Amino acid sequence: MTRKGYEGVAVAVPVTVPYVRYSIRAAHWWLARSLSEILKTSGLRKQDLDGLSVSSFTLAPDTAIGLTQHLGLSPRWLDHVPLGGASGVVALRRAARAVQAGDADIVACIAGDTNHVDSFRLTLANFSQFARDAVYPYGAGGPNASFAFLTAYYMRIYGATREDFGKLCVAQRANALKYPHALFKKALTLEDYLSARPIAEPLHLFDCVMPCAGAEGFLVLGEDRAKALGIPFASLMGTIERHNAFAADPVQMRAGWALDREELYAQAGAGPGDMDFVQTYDDYPVISLMQLEDLGFCGKGEAPAFVRKHSFTHDGSFPLNTSGGQLSVGQAGAAGGFLGMVEALRQLTGQAQARQVKDAKLALVSGFGMINFDRGLGSGAAILGC
Amino acid sequence: MLETPKRKNPVLRTRLPTLPPAARSRVALGLTAAAALGRFELQQCRDCGTVQYPPREACQQCLSVHLPWNPQPAEGELLSSTVLHHSNDLFFRERLPWRLGLVRLDCGPTVVAHLHGGVPPAPARVRAAARLDRAGQAVLVALPEKETSNMADDRQLREFTCDPKFRKVLVTDGKTVAGQAIVKALAKAGAELIWVGHAEPWKRSPGFDELNKMSQVTLLPLDVTDSKNVREVAAQIGGKVDILVNNAEHHRAFGIGNRPGVETARAEMDVNYFGLLRLAQEFGPAMRLRGADGLASAVAWVNVLSIYALANFPPHGTFSASKAAAHSLAQCLRAEMRPAGVRVVNVFPGPIDDEWNQLLPPPKVAAAGLANAIVDALRDGVEDVYPGDVAQEWLERWRDNPKALERELSL
Repeated sequence: MTRKGYEGVAVAVPVTVPYVRYSIRAAHWWLARSLSEILKTSGLRKQDLDGLSVSSFTLAPDTAIGLTQHLGLSPRWLDHVPLGGASGVVALRRAARAVQAGDADIVACIAGDTNHVDSFRLTLANFSQFARDAVYPYGAGGPNASFAFLTAYYMRIYGATREDFGKLCVAQRANALKYPHALFKKALTLEDYLSARPIAEPLHLFDCVMPCAGAEGFLVLGEDRAKALGIPFASLMGTIERHNAFAADPVQMRAGWALDREELYAQAGAGPGDMDFVQTYDDYPVISLMQLEDLGFCGKGEAPAFVRKHSFTHDGSFPLNTSGGQLSVGQAGAAGGFLGMVEALRQLTGQAQARQVKDAKLALVSGFGMINFDRGLGSGAAILGC
Repeated sequence: MLETPKRKNPVLRTRLPTLPPAARSRVALGLTAAAALGRFELQQCRDCGTVQYPPREACQQCLSVHLPWNPQPAEGELLSSTVLHHSNDLFFRERLPWRLGLVRLDCGPTVVAHLHGGVPPAPARVRAAARLDRAGQAVLVALPEKETSNMADDRQLREFTCDPKFRKVLVTDGKTVAGQAIVKALAKAGAELIWVGHAEPWKRSPGFDELNKMSQVTLLPLDVTDSKNVREVAAQIGGKVDILVNNAEHHRAFGIGNRPGVETARAEMDVNYFGLLRLAQEFGPAMRLRGADGLASAVAWVNVLSIYALANFPPHGTFSASKAAAHSLAQCLRAEMRPAGVRVVNVFPGPIDDEWNQLLPPPKVAAAGLANAIVDALRDGVEDVYPGDVAQEWLERWRDNPKALERELSL
């Protein structure tokens, strides 16, 4: 059965709670600020929200339901999306269905995490049962080690070079210099990138995201409602999510996008060539290359050549991760899975200031998350238009 | 190949032991149970045969919950490797850089493994093994496909083993045939210095003079039934012992009915059980402090127990009881040594081919066989060793059905 489309769903009010490297606050503090920022920006009152979607790693022992009491909310639709880098797309997709079905009129999707001095180590040590049993005791390298395996394999099979990955990192830094919330404020040259210290070979310092504290958020509501409220919005044209795809592959060189992309583009009535910009999930550059391939911007194994061909800056060819991506903004836990979504909304509603992509009408946002053992399990993508 | 470690600078602070991450789910301890015996086992679905990893509660193929741990072929292909220059964990942070591999096993799963320095860059054929790490938990290591010279000297591999090479060893009794064989095997394995205890120095025993001629050997009077003597010896050498092999043993035949009084049983307990307790109290603390003391750190404590520790052998009933007591105490010692990364190796031989087992039929464990089993266990990082055919057979019967073994032994 063909699934129903996503007509009539508006995505609006992108908010960011400025990131810091370390915070003594709890996740609740960050999520509360994200929500209050949404209300302030939209002019809505708390009781106008009847749906809530929460993504966070560090909210424990609470989940979304605990947050309703903490923040004094009484939603009739509630979702907890513990999917890390896939949480932005997935939160949107589920909220869109709730709005279409009338289960909720206005859903606030928020994501946020704190970062205490030692909390990253503790998150890694207890990330999943498989990670605790079969990854963490092996050098406790965390995602650096997991992505080092994927990167080394990708380089060996498809001939990618460190320069290819470096080009993306350098371009994203250029974008980040025009994004006030980016934690990295210094220009990055390819020379800086190549001469950085090794972290988990072949990964070096600028291949790795920096964990930090922060929060993001947006609203999902009916287009009619958004128009009535006078809120600038983008329309959801299509979206997919898929988990644990290609489980038999001995090492991850593709994820769920490759399985569902035809349906995604069919929903949107557009193809890869129609996108004005793209936001990939970018905790390590290799995964951006994989997304470019799996989402059909080039063939499998052709991303290195694709990278050599484009500039990736907001004002260049193939604008990618126009706020700098996590690699230059910082990775605020689950909020990292919202970064691309929030930036796409800013671009499509003309709020991207100095880094505005000219005539941006159609964009693709991709999410990827949860290295449960040897690979990222969750993947999703959404096409937004205006 | 390892160079002989430099003499320790006594002015410098001794590095305190840290452990690699020890938390595991209960189901993952199946890997530890196999590694403790030196076996490579993975879960395999009883219903559809799929080999599983990481350890889990249900088959990823058919959802069966029957996933016994079975021996698996250990060959595989190295798909990808990395060298860590950063770690979030203290143990590894102190040992960087650290090499890891992603290995596709021929039996199916892809695994993350510690990668031996002798494995060439990917793609390469490797041999996987399950080893106990310093925390006493099983980890997978990927070794070169074929044995190479000085393979055991690999810096990372040595963190998982208790190799006697360059280490100082105390063997508590050098007067028995088995003790002498153990000393010779340790010397052959590259032990730097071997202190050999001997109780009742006025009694001559055959073979003892030969030990005295070995360059690595230092004889010292040691009577594990004498608390004061044990304390004095520990005060003298306790801070230098890297491996302690407690083979001191008192062994007489008979059970309850054949011998009146408790004197023999008490003598057995005094050596076999209290002897271990005295040694543990006096040598344990210093060894615990030296668990990370460089290339030749304190690393292992070996107890020569008996297969009779698992189930009482009535013809040697009181001896069995003393070994069961020692086994129980060794488990306590293991728990107390674990925070220091010092491994307690329990050896459960079948009857040794010595005077006290004269009336038992063969097969019996030759003294050299016992000694080699101990050295192999140290080199392979194994925790429980069952040398000899009798011990292997008893172990199998005991694991299969301990009650059946008890009945069989009483007939």
